[in-house]
Amino acid sequence: MNTKMQRNGFLVVLGATLILLVGLSSSGSSFWQGIFINLGMYIILVVALNLSNGFTGVFSLGHIGFMALGAYISAILTLPLDKKASYLPDLPGWLAPVHLDMMIGPFPLGFLLATLIAGVLVTLIAVVVGLVLMRLSGHFVAVATLGFLVIVRVVLINADEFTRGSHTFSNVTAYTDLWWVYAWVFIALIAVWRLKFSSYGRAMFAQRDDGIAAQSVGIVIMRPRLLAFAVSAFFTAVAGALWAHYLTSFSPKAFYFDLTFRVITMLVVGGMGSVTGSVVGPAVITAIAEALRRLEDVTLLYGVSQIVLAVLFIVIIVFRPGGLMGEREINFAGLWQRLRFRASVAQEGSAAEP
Amino acid sequence: MGIRSHAAHLLDVTELTKTFKGLHALEDVNLQLDADEILGVIGPNGAGKTTLLNLLTGYLLPTRGKIFFQNKDITALRMPAVTRLGIARTFQNIRLFGAMTVLENVVTAQQLRTEFSLPEVLLATGSFRRKERELVEQAMDHLSIFGLEDHADQLANSLPYGMQRRLEIARALATSPKLLLLDEPAAGMNISETDALHEMILEVKRRFHLTIILVEHDMRLVMNMCDRILVLNYGRVLATDRPEAIRQNADVIESYLGKAHHTAAS
Repeated sequence: MNTKMQRNGFLVVLGATLILLVGLSSSGSSFWQGIFINLGMYIILVVALNLSNGFTGVFSLGHIGFMALGAYISAILTLPLDKKASYLPDLPGWLAPVHLDMMIGPFPLGFLLATLIAGVLVTLIAVVVGLVLMRLSGHFVAVATLGFLVIVRVVLINADEFTRGSHTFSNVTAYTDLWWVYAWVFIALIAVWRLKFSSYGRAMFAQRDDGIAAQSVGIVIMRPRLLAFAVSAFFTAVAGALWAHYLTSFSPKAFYFDLTFRVITMLVVGGMGSVTGSVVGPAVITAIAEALRRLEDVTLLYGVSQIVLAVLFIVIIVFRPGGLMGEREINFAGLWQRLRFRASVAQEGSAAEP
Repeated sequence: MGIRSHAAHLLDVTELTKTFKGLHALEDVNLQLDADEILGVIGPNGAGKTTLLNLLTGYLLPTRGKIFFQNKDITALRMPAVTRLGIARTFQNIRLFGAMTVLENVVTAQQLRTEFSLPEVLLATGSFRRKERELVEQAMDHLSIFGLEDHADQLANSLPYGMQRRLEIARALATSPKLLLLDEPAAGMNISETDALHEMILEVKRRFHLTIILVEHDMRLVMNMCDRILVLNYGRVLATDRPEAIRQNADVIESYLGKAHHTAAS
């Protein structure tokens, strides 16, 4: 009964999201579309980071490195041949003739393939990196993953023939739209949700709560950690691919501390360990940041939004250290009961009055 | 895997030694345990009782010596592998998955005997749903044995102390062990709580066909419950015998009461 209610609640949210997306895409307002595309990409980044940092407690600061790799790999793959020859003339022979820009009618199949290839390659990199780094815990893993982020940046800047170095990589086809982003949001949320409520998720949370106890019930700590890290890297790379084909031009600068800490802020505000929180966090931060940006334009106090966001972050950390959702998920059954209770109270009240 | 002649013993430990930076925490411990026995391990603080449990479960690896469990050499195995073979334990300072519910604590242990593939989880296939449902049903049954079924949805670290102890034993048993190692389960309990614990241990022993090693300071519990008692002192076995014999053993009395009398005389 509870699961049925949860399922119905989920379908309502899904329906409402679909209606919103149809409305947005038919409205033609590029401003609102842009906000929701950005929001969607942040949701993917945050829920992916949650899987690794929140569920397993192995705090990675290097995920944006996976995003950068996803962006560059997919962008190189989808670049049309004519642009490739002039734009990246030094590509090695095996890569130069690759151009995943084919379409099936209006559907950019090449973009899908490039996204998946980028995701899989980055997952493999994450497995290799993870086999070393997931042995660490606490500050050590934070510093080591930060090192990974720095390494990725240095590699991107120096691999000129692939990335044009520190120059802007542009001419990327703008495939990413609302539907692409929210299809991936849907897949990422479902995947992470299902992992959370499975044997894998329980192993992740158990080894986070007490590593020795987890081993004593047969959990090999490396396995849940590595799985979380790898799946997390996959979706982070997908977000990178979406980002690349939305912005259409970017440089290694885009994927560094600034973005790293914005995503971590959203994660912490939403609640580490909560899939719902990974939607709430980005939504709250995006809404406040947008509102403050308007305020800046009016008052001409530029920079005030950064300060307000920082203060807000501190307030949340102090008063709700677990974030807005903690580890809990939205409970449709409970929500429904509460609404019914309120309705019945209101009815009794109005019935008693006359 | 060496085939050894002690086919009858469930657990066979020979010359088990653990050295920490030259300090002998445990030295040349020999121990044979048969199925269905309850072995008590006693000794003063620092005698090596917990070290013994840590070695048996693969949390620590021995410096020297061998451990055979059901004729299988498990000396070099780490904790998860040892648990899989059928040795479970509890901890002196309770170690629960505090932020998880009581039910989740047990399911997390129980899932050791159920295989899930990643695709079946991500696609939430029928087989995944069925296995999850079975795990939860089994775990609820399991919790009711320990009188914890009404607390299934509570967070483990919100339980009162006694229940946390019980949950830890319930969780250990959810891995379907043959040998259960209890590290001071009666610590912090009053007499009536200890008696209840005694009852419960005997009950679960019968129900799950367990062999038990009990590390405990509460002499009354150890003497009443155990078939045999192993006494450790400074990492060495002082005696292994039936409780009545241990009660009479001069060495044991000395190691517990100290040598004050002798030194004063000399």
